[in-house]
Amino acid sequence: MRALIAVLFVAISGGPALAETPAKCRVAESQLENSFPLPVVEKAIAAKNLTVLVAGSGSSQLPGQNGAARAYPARLEHALSQKLPGVTVKVTTDVKSGRTARDMLPSLKASLAEQKPTLLVWQTGTVDAVRIASPDEYSEALTKGVDAAKGQGSDVVLMNMQYSPRTESMIALGNYAESMRWVALQNEIPLFDRFHVMKLWNELGTFDLYSDTKKMDTAERVHDCIGWLLADLIIGAAQPGGATPPIDVK
Amino acid sequence: MKEARITAPLTAPHLAAERDLRLDLFRGIALWLIFLDHIPSNVVNWVTLRNYGFSDATEIFVFISGYTAAFVYGRAMRERGFVVAAARVLKRTWQIYVAHIFLFAIYLAEISYVAQSFDNPLYGEEMGILDFLKQPDVTIMQALLLKFKPVNMDVLPLYIVLLGFFPPVLWLLIRNASLALIVSGILYALMWKFGWNFPAYPDGHWAFNPLAWQLLFVLGAWFALGGAQRLSRFVTSRVTVALAVVYLLLCLGVVMTWYFPRLAFLVPRVLAEVIYPIDKTNLDVLRLLHFLALAVIVVNLVPRQWQGINSWVFRPAIVCGQHSLEIFCFGVFLSFAAHFVLTEISSRVPAQILCSAAGVLIMVAAAEVLAWYKKIDRKGSGPRSPLAQADLAGGGG
Repeated sequence: MRALIAVLFVAISGGPALAETPAKCRVAESQLENSFPLPVVEKAIAAKNLTVLVAGSGSSQLPGQNGAARAYPARLEHALSQKLPGVTVKVTTDVKSGRTARDMLPSLKASLAEQKPTLLVWQTGTVDAVRIASPDEYSEALTKGVDAAKGQGSDVVLMNMQYSPRTESMIALGNYAESMRWVALQNEIPLFDRFHVMKLWNELGTFDLYSDTKKMDTAERVHDCIGWLLADLIIGAAQPGGATPPIDVK
Repeated sequence: MKEARITAPLTAPHLAAERDLRLDLFRGIALWLIFLDHIPSNVVNWVTLRNYGFSDATEIFVFISGYTAAFVYGRAMRERGFVVAAARVLKRTWQIYVAHIFLFAIYLAEISYVAQSFDNPLYGEEMGILDFLKQPDVTIMQALLLKFKPVNMDVLPLYIVLLGFFPPVLWLLIRNASLALIVSGILYALMWKFGWNFPAYPDGHWAFNPLAWQLLFVLGAWFALGGAQRLSRFVTSRVTVALAVVYLLLCLGVVMTWYFPRLAFLVPRVLAEVIYPIDKTNLDVLRLLHFLALAVIVVNLVPRQWQGINSWVFRPAIVCGQHSLEIFCFGVFLSFAAHFVLTEISSRVPAQILCSAAGVLIMVAAAEVLAWYKKIDRKGSGPRSPLAQADLAGGGG
């Protein structure tokens, strides 16, 4: 009887119990609000084959030997695989530090054309803000990259800057964060608001982002959580009708 | 306050005879708001203007600065001639330049401190902000040339350029105010058409494009030199007030959709494509209109003859507004200090409120000290010169 109930439960809930985002990461779930769907991802999940290209700069990687495996792109692949059993998930990266949005465009376009990913996750803005690049050029580059991805049939998620309490009063992120929000709004694509997610973690004491540690542990856990939450945002937006807020399937 | 004789009759038809305390009041408030906005992640900056509309304290500051500059130096130019007035303007410009370099030194100290104490692997990219320390020869030179302007240090360079070019503008304003305003408007339009701006280091352009913001400065000056009287009927008409209210409400609605993405659908795509991005660098027309609408409401709510302004309640803001250059610089320094306290000691909400309140109090105290200095200086230097009031006015700054 119990077995029957279990089978029924599985049948109703649509599959085996899926991996849950760690509670620690989830405290910032409120920052994932998104009203734009990812139709290409939805189809890819149905077809059991999801490919993601993460394009970014220095904050999409971690230093050291295990850096690549511990940085959020790899953690995203892990989280998506856990949450989407039976779906082949592959995350590739086009990440190199010190690049503005404009700097990234050529290699972004090449990677898109070559890999034709289901989804592009584009992290950019920090270097533009550090170098005080022209906000107009930044918006223009963002629009070009988004157009390139959409033009060849990929969905896009934009990711903004990290919250960095130490340098907050020295780097004016405002203009660039707003430009990104506008580009996301105009193109009706989801924005992963990494800045406010990390800010909330810092405020709640989930992670101490002010610490001047040289050790990797906090950095690795932050990236792990970004991977999980990004997976939540992507899966939420790929629900029929682009459900929001992200649903943690049990 | 002796200088508060606002009911005195107007002596010159095109020039308000007495300093309008409302200017000091609102400039003082603008200085507080700029201070609050410069403290990152501060819960108190929810009270500031930029959260409720397109324009912010910068517009108030630039407009009132244009107004007071024309008020003070316009009188000097009429009474003492072009050369004396121009010399005084340029002396003021130099003072502002020195103040800017002083702020840059404070910034260097702060950033160098962070550089040697911080090496978190999470923030390798953000530490790029320190790269300029590797080549101080280039960056310090670029800072002296006003091309390298770190965060929150954009307003004074704008002000330096605006004042530096002010003598010929003032000359034209006095001869033909409307023509000067038209020339300024044409420059603004050309700037938008051709995308003109000043180059910055290491990349890009000035965050406050002087070719755009000059319009607001000249507009302020135009109002001071008779424009206010010419437009007084229009400004107080019911239609104008109604239009201003409608526009402010619309702006408020649009801004709310930024904070609540669920409401984004309320801004139709067509409208969004027309209005976004609302450009602060080039003083977007929507920002300018927002400021003007705000000004219309304020002028109607607080008429010039209003006696309440002499109340002690407004004294703190007025005294800050009367020493705007010093208090602005002090505010930038205090916002660095407040951020330091918030990150080093506590960043909780009570600490944010405490830091914000303490900062404003310190600004007021500093302004009172400056006022006191001016008082004893004046007593020491014999009878009041005809231009003493100009000094009291903060020299147009």
